[in-house]
Amino acid sequence: MSSTTNSPTHHTSTIGAIGAPSRRNTELALLVFAVVIPVFAYANVGLAINDEVPAGLAGYGLGLGLLAAIGHLVVRKFAPYADPLLLPIATLLNGLGLVVIWRLDQSQRLQQLAENLYGVFSPSAPNQLMYSAVGLALFVVVLVFLKDHRILQRYTYISMVAALVLLLLPLVPGLGADVFGAKIWISVAGFSIQPGEFAKIIIGIFFSGYLMVKRDALALASRRFMGLYLPRGRDLGPIITIWAVSLLILIFENDLGTSLLFFGMFVVMLYVATERTSWIVIGLLMSAAGAVGVASFASHVQARVDAWLDPWSCYKTSGACEQIGQSIMSFGSGGVMGTGLGQGNSDLIGFAANSDFIFSTFGEELGLAGVMAMLLLYGLIIERGVRTALAARDPFGKLFAVGLSGAFALQIFVVAGGVMGLIPLTGMTMPFLAAGGSSVIANWALIGILLRISDTARRPAPAPVSNPDAEMTQVVRP
Amino acid sequence: MNKPLRRIAIFCGLLILTLLIRDNWLQYVKADALQDNVNNRRISIERYAQPRGDIIVGGNPITGSVETTGSDFKWKRTYKNGPMWAPVTGYASQAFGATQLESIEDGILTGNDDRLFFRNTLDMITGKDQQGGNVVTTLNAAAQKAAYNGLKERGKGAVVALEPSTGKILALASYPSYDPSSFAGNSTSTDTKAWQKLQKKNNPDDPMLNRALREVYPPGSTFKVVTAAAALEHGLYKSADEKTKSPDPWVMEGTTTELPNEGNIPCKNATLRVALQYSCNTVFGKIGSDLGNDDMLETAKQFGFTSEQFTPVRSNASVFSNDMNPSQTALSSIGQFNTAATPLQMAMVASAVANDGKLMKPYMVDELQAPNFDPIETTKPEELSQPLTPENAQILQSMMETVVQDGTGKSAQMDGVTVGGKTGTAQHGVDNSEKPYAWFISYAKLSDGSAPVAVAVVVEDENANRDDISGGGLAAPIAKKVMEAVINDKK
Repeated sequence: MSSTTNSPTHHTSTIGAIGAPSRRNTELALLVFAVVIPVFAYANVGLAINDEVPAGLAGYGLGLGLLAAIGHLVVRKFAPYADPLLLPIATLLNGLGLVVIWRLDQSQRLQQLAENLYGVFSPSAPNQLMYSAVGLALFVVVLVFLKDHRILQRYTYISMVAALVLLLLPLVPGLGADVFGAKIWISVAGFSIQPGEFAKIIIGIFFSGYLMVKRDALALASRRFMGLYLPRGRDLGPIITIWAVSLLILIFENDLGTSLLFFGMFVVMLYVATERTSWIVIGLLMSAAGAVGVASFASHVQARVDAWLDPWSCYKTSGACEQIGQSIMSFGSGGVMGTGLGQGNSDLIGFAANSDFIFSTFGEELGLAGVMAMLLLYGLIIERGVRTALAARDPFGKLFAVGLSGAFALQIFVVAGGVMGLIPLTGMTMPFLAAGGSSVIANWALIGILLRISDTARRPAPAPVSNPDAEMTQVVRP
Repeated sequence: MNKPLRRIAIFCGLLILTLLIRDNWLQYVKADALQDNVNNRRISIERYAQPRGDIIVGGNPITGSVETTGSDFKWKRTYKNGPMWAPVTGYASQAFGATQLESIEDGILTGNDDRLFFRNTLDMITGKDQQGGNVVTTLNAAAQKAAYNGLKERGKGAVVALEPSTGKILALASYPSYDPSSFAGNSTSTDTKAWQKLQKKNNPDDPMLNRALREVYPPGSTFKVVTAAAALEHGLYKSADEKTKSPDPWVMEGTTTELPNEGNIPCKNATLRVALQYSCNTVFGKIGSDLGNDDMLETAKQFGFTSEQFTPVRSNASVFSNDMNPSQTALSSIGQFNTAATPLQMAMVASAVANDGKLMKPYMVDELQAPNFDPIETTKPEELSQPLTPENAQILQSMMETVVQDGTGKSAQMDGVTVGGKTGTAQHGVDNSEKPYAWFISYAKLSDGSAPVAVAVVVEDENANRDDISGGGLAAPIAKKVMEAVINDKK
């Protein structure tokens, strides 16, 4: 498909098309590691904290193994040519996340904090295990029922409406919940849901469908100015709309992360669709203007920025400064090798230690070595996603895959960069690691979709249909 | 579409690379700074994760540790006889940090010191918990008790006792004092309250001030010992019994003001011995004026004035000014004007005289021990300076002994022991409105010629008179008890 617009690179659309091995056994072997490593980590935490192998070790190992086995079998049956790395990495991250959430459940400090705040402490690990199972179920549903990702193209505008509704839900009075300043949660029947996590995927469908149709107009009708192809004024409409929506999110939901995520995702997809660098420049300028504008008016965002600039000067007076200061000290105290699982004091972070700040616990207890390994695992997921986009044969699949991967990359950068003090902190969660149902469920669905696209991309082309003309030619030959 | 896709792949790679670089910055480059950040509670958690090692006096620990519950600090510091030993130990509080020995030797006491690394590694392999080492002090429990109880009867003040031949600190008492156990924990209901009650703004007595090391008092007439030493060392007078050129009354050079003596005492052209015996202001004021600022300052510095001492707990620097005119130098030479000294400083003066002119560096940590009592580091006595020749020191000794025998310091006399001393009463405040300080510095010499102890006592007392007898009456009995305690302990 890409060959219609883009002459020199069309040959890549045939990558792995003929006789590609399915790689399912590679995936199975990697999955064994992805299950065994968290089981050892779990035993490690138990030995460090209670001097005994935790009683639930067998159950946990079997549970994680079962989830991995189901995932693998479904992929083998319904998406046999899918990328072999995505499922094992997601399983490993989810498993390690569960271990660390369980480890933080053991923290007396956090138990005390929960009792002071809510009167009762309830462990997060059992819930997270349940959410992981639900997430995997959604993953299975995606692979079984979404036979071809191009079906989603039909729902382009419905997706837009759905995504906007999801994004704006936290603002509905009585439904939205204000957690630590950010209004990105809704509570339904006792469950807290972060609709933004689901909106991330759904809006990807809209962007892909929309850009696939409009990309020629956006790419070709332009004027050259200072080396850049500037779009016509009326073609600026879509980007301005998305920019405005993300600014609204930033202003009314106080959430820099989600805002940046959506705008960034759109700019990435716009750039890929049109191949015009000018969109990147315009996007950067607009996001810079938006960020500066909002940061100078919204006090909540200002506090976060001040805490990021110098957490120590306001450490004793501002909660935002203490949080980021604690997180940075947690990383620093881990050093190169870390304290070992269960032996750090990352629970000093207190509030949200096992969700937004879970990466700090990895920093303190697994050290520089562990954090670099985790970041590389995330990097692998992202690059396999972009590779899926490269391999995909249809523009919708390409755009969708790169949109999801790009959003995933931005989310990693915003969350990890936030807890490490590289950028101002935002209220997002580390995919697969952090405690929280919405995040883990949505990200399993994301992996499911990437696997579906990669399966379609790598599946051998159907055998050529016998052509009557060709046969006739053969008859003539002798 | 593939060209921009490849660029996006590179862009995502750069995002991850940026995170990796930031992580290396935090966890490698900045790791030590973040670990030692003042806001990092892990430092305190580590400090109280296992029982601290003990501070030991005469073979017995004066500290301890108790296990606590309901806090992330597992162990809490306790003190035996806390108020008496507080000037030595300082405190180690979960909520308020640590000071003095508890802070300076924290590495040994927690077991984190690098010198314990090998042992800790062994313990880790054999599965034993890390243990703290001990700090063995030079202090003498009997002398400390005598000093503290003596002050308790009298009121505000401080006592320092030294062993002249080594510089070992034998007693270091300050009153009023505080019990470091009272705020060793981190409970806001008990520890914080106790802490706040002890702060200077809530307690005008300032019980947490270590008067023995950190308060400078005008030394009054006890400073005349330094002036006498300067006269001998700079050759102004050659012996104790040579007549001095001292008119009485004496008008200070460059002024029309007479320097008065206290009462009707024989100061005109008195010998150094008589002048010290009666504490003549005219004689010693004129010596200071005759020698001049520079010579006086040189001798004062030799005795340790103007420098902080690290015992290893820091003491404030005592004061003797420079750039003074002759009349100011005269006043300074009788312990007035700007002159000010810590009790430790005046004990060093007595100690140097008793040790035949050699001043030893004062210290209070004898030995640092590993958890199994193996010595890690032993302090060797160290000579700080030689303010007096042995001959001049002996002349000064005989003068100070006359003071106790026949002069203002009679109340320090002891049977079978030769005591040399000097009294002092220092007036202070605007127009001398505040309570005067009664001083006494002394040393005791045994029949074999050895001097086991030198003491400085300062007491702030309502009842002190303006004459020198109050130094003898209030401070000397405490000094005597401390010296007796040391001598009896030797037997």
